[in-house]
Amino acid sequence: MNMLTEGRPTKQEENIITPAQGTVQTHTGNRALMVDEPLIFETGSPDRSGVDLPEAPAVESRLGGLDRDEPISIPGLSEAEAVRHYTRLSRQNYAIDVGLFPLGSCTMKHNPRLNEKMARLKGFSDIHPLQPVDSVQGALETIYQLAEWLKTLTGMPAVAMSPKAGAHGELCGILAIRSALEARGDAREVILVPESAHGTNPATAAFAGYKVEDIPANADGRVDLDALKARLGPDVAGVMITNPNTCGLFEPDMKAISDAVHDAGGLVYCDGANFNAIVGRVRPGDLGIDAMHINLHKTFSTPHGGGGPGSGPVVFSEALAPFAPLPFVEKTEAGHFHLVEEETAEDHHESSFGRMVAFHGQMGMFTRALTYMLSHGADGLKQVSEDAVLNANYVLRSMEDLLEAPFAKSGPCMHEALFSDNGFANGLTTLDLAKGLIDEGYHPMTMYFPLVVHGAMLVEPTETESKAAIDQFIGALRSVAERAKAGDELLKSAPHFAPRRRLDETQAARKPILVWQEPEEYAEAAE
Amino acid sequence: MRYLPLTPHDRQDMLATIGAASVDDLFVDVPKEVQLDGPIRDLPMHAGEMAVEAHMKKLAKNNSAAGDMPFFLGAGAYRHHVPSSVDHIIQRGEFLTAYTPYQPEIAQGTLQTLFEFQTQVARLFGVDVANASMYDGSTACWEAIVMARRITKRGKAVLSSGLHPHYVSVAKTMARFTKDQLVTNAPVLDAATDGADLLDQIDDDTSCVVVQYPDILGRISDMSAIAEKAHAHKALLIAVVTEPVALGAIKAPGQMDADIVVGEGQSLGVGLQFGGPYVGLFGCKQKYVRQMPGRLCGETVDAEGKRGFVLTLSTREQHIRREKATSNICTNSGLCALAFTAHMTLLGEKGLRDLAMLNHKKAVVAADRLAQIKGVSLLNDSFFNEFTLVLDKDTRPIVRRLADQKVLAGVSLGRLYPDESGLAHGLVVAVTETTSDEDVEALATALEGELA
Amino acid sequence: MSRYYTDEHEWVDVEGETATVGITDYAQEQLGDIVFVETPEIGAELEQGDDAAVVESVKAASDVYAAVSGTVVEVNDALEDEPALVNSSAEEDGWFFRLTLSDTSELDDLMDEKAYKAFVDGL
Repeated sequence: MNMLTEGRPTKQEENIITPAQGTVQTHTGNRALMVDEPLIFETGSPDRSGVDLPEAPAVESRLGGLDRDEPISIPGLSEAEAVRHYTRLSRQNYAIDVGLFPLGSCTMKHNPRLNEKMARLKGFSDIHPLQPVDSVQGALETIYQLAEWLKTLTGMPAVAMSPKAGAHGELCGILAIRSALEARGDAREVILVPESAHGTNPATAAFAGYKVEDIPANADGRVDLDALKARLGPDVAGVMITNPNTCGLFEPDMKAISDAVHDAGGLVYCDGANFNAIVGRVRPGDLGIDAMHINLHKTFSTPHGGGGPGSGPVVFSEALAPFAPLPFVEKTEAGHFHLVEEETAEDHHESSFGRMVAFHGQMGMFTRALTYMLSHGADGLKQVSEDAVLNANYVLRSMEDLLEAPFAKSGPCMHEALFSDNGFANGLTTLDLAKGLIDEGYHPMTMYFPLVVHGAMLVEPTETESKAAIDQFIGALRSVAERAKAGDELLKSAPHFAPRRRLDETQAARKPILVWQEPEEYAEAAE
Repeated sequence: MRYLPLTPHDRQDMLATIGAASVDDLFVDVPKEVQLDGPIRDLPMHAGEMAVEAHMKKLAKNNSAAGDMPFFLGAGAYRHHVPSSVDHIIQRGEFLTAYTPYQPEIAQGTLQTLFEFQTQVARLFGVDVANASMYDGSTACWEAIVMARRITKRGKAVLSSGLHPHYVSVAKTMARFTKDQLVTNAPVLDAATDGADLLDQIDDDTSCVVVQYPDILGRISDMSAIAEKAHAHKALLIAVVTEPVALGAIKAPGQMDADIVVGEGQSLGVGLQFGGPYVGLFGCKQKYVRQMPGRLCGETVDAEGKRGFVLTLSTREQHIRREKATSNICTNSGLCALAFTAHMTLLGEKGLRDLAMLNHKKAVVAADRLAQIKGVSLLNDSFFNEFTLVLDKDTRPIVRRLADQKVLAGVSLGRLYPDESGLAHGLVVAVTETTSDEDVEALATALEGELA
Repeated sequence: MSRYYTDEHEWVDVEGETATVGITDYAQEQLGDIVFVETPEIGAELEQGDDAAVVESVKAASDVYAAVSGTVVEVNDALEDEPALVNSSAEEDGWFFRLTLSDTSELDDLMDEKAYKAFVDGL
């Protein structure tokens, strides 16, 4: 026979000793797919470029003698190197595309790729904000259509589209409230904010010049209506209330809260961060509120992008509509779309409090959000909130025997389930549990927020997770929770399998290194 | 519904685990009278990809895309060629669908790119440090004014007349509520910037002087004297850069001793997108770092001593400091910052300098060609890639008519300053590497037709 | 020299008209690693209870109130480079600022060491 025996071994030798993972050292320090990537400042060169450009015309420059004559010291990479640099870095990130992302109040739902495709149509992506309005009628109509969707979904008569993010939307709402009160000659000084609020609420009110006072919560994790009523008075400009709130609960007294605030001459701001729990099923306008921002990157699936860009349109009641910021889009009777800016506002929008941003807001997010809404429709959006709430309650009831759920007895939760660290073994914390979840292949939940619950863990699965995915997550969470309660010391040093072990935040804050410095400068600084 | 994985059977199983008869039982806390009995009326039902695509394409088609015709608009947003790999990089799901890097062990990708971004921005601006980005240039500019108030404990900001009118407008809106005092003026059609006037306006009550560089009319002038005078009065110089590519050709504001430098980063990597999302750039001198708004990424080590990155100095921020925070900002412009840094990395210093000179010299050629037209004169002695033409007619209607003829001629000062009749004849024209000689000829011909 | 304590976990050493103020060892332990201290400006006139300084850990920023009224005459510059002094030596080298007392009667309302210890034990 022609016996061919060359080539690779097809079977592992018997009796091979397999050492524990992590005990084998490599020359590079890398571990197969887990590869460290240097900084561009260590690998690039100011003379290298990944871009080829044509020759500039041979004319004298006219830079007024201000030529940049000193080195800029920004290194370049070829395209091949750049693609690899960012691809390698990307693999050190957790993301929705990688797995369930249970970050409470952040609504990390799947980001449909049709949104991305639509946002890149040249008719949206390659138009300038100052083109004559006749040349951008489709863009203005897109903004108009999205505005109509938002008004219909919230049951509110007006919307400001330009705010750049949720916190910017809050600012927009608070400025409108202040303008409305000033317009009626009733300057007030205080904004009331529940203790459980997002930090942006008090920061926003202070940024707009208000004094901020807390409203206490009751034992059920909700706004204490009586305490609120007792505090209302002629100095209170308004309240900022998150509904559903940051404990994951609906505020059943919302209408009564709104009425009480209105009776006392104030106005009601609703933080719409948690709109995903009620979209398509409840219209916030029916709750008596005056303003609410909507995070398009939460409820309407525009990508979080590693921390932005967001988009935070704000819906307004009749009382606040006249004070909405510029610019905005109007439709004429002839079906033409008209951009209301500073000059045209004088006709019939003289109360507008003015401009908050250059140009017209986050168009790239508008196209994505409108694509998402059209995809879901009224029926799909209702299903979104129902599935989001169903998934969260499923997590709540699957965990409450093991993790303390401080408000579980208050009834069902909305789109997120809240737990505390009560019952953990001595010395083990929510942070340890979170880092243990990283080893299990998950991004942790929101932790230490809201502040009203000790060692808070806020889990929001969102509606785009399958039952199988949630069951697997619950299994992991139960395992880590059991270890936290049993006092498993290994949790304290978790994560063990991530691209990095726990990072020293104290060192980072004591001696901030915010930009790369050449190694010799490091040496000098150390001397 | 293609985005919703639960089946009716799953839902029943899960309700059984929960102990609820129906999903309605989960909404018991919501008063009955505010719950809708079915899908919201007046909205369409769900639709497949093809139908949605058709709807969106119809809207997109009803716009004149810049790439389809001669295009000369700037004034705070610039059309540059973005390398193909940039869009590929930002569409990596691990970047696109990640959250703010609050769990640094599994977010080193985002964090390292932010650290590289901060370093690039600081070097581009010629300052010590930069943050991880702001919403856009206009909001970054206002945040800088607030920061100067915190540092100097004074409330009067002097704004150059060359500052983008939208940036001025944003500052005016905010100042009305914060009780800051702003000194503002509209520009005049003069070859010189208002640098000399600004010197006279600085006094011991001034917190900062805000100067755009190049300014709204495309003019560039040395800011050193303004910095010197400001510092003599213990005030700060804030420089505003709306076209970062310019800094590949002209001196960095930090080299003229600016204390805070802010800008719009849209030019690199981001694209026009009808005004947003863009990316605000924010840098300053080291000594002011704790007064900075926004996120900061810093270097540290992990438990094994390996280099790593974290968000740091977060005690300045709203989620910890609440009403005492330096700003209410809760986001950066992450993905746009990634696009900016990837584009900058592809360029490198050499590419940036080449790109800048290509822009500049094309603009010089275009300016001279257009200035030959009868009834047109060039305002600027010096400029980068944008200059102001003074026509012998009101410019705004001309720009509108040319747009109908598929020539996007530039930004009329009438659009930017509708109340300033003295500016009505001004046209701001931007020329970048994407502008061809044929485009310039098309604009020249169209203008000749209008002015004949 | 005599040492006083407040229920806001500040200590005050008084020598003649001059008072030195810092935070207590108990406080630094509760706060964890101190990363930054913002001291008041020299010459600042503080009323009892005013915000006088800020002490920052990684996770929180806490206001330090003026335990007594007076004019700030000196601040501890060493904290700028070495905020960790507050952790290692809260009640000695990690002092925050000195002021000239404007109303010595305010001292009567403060606690002595024994009373403060009892106060902390009761927390």
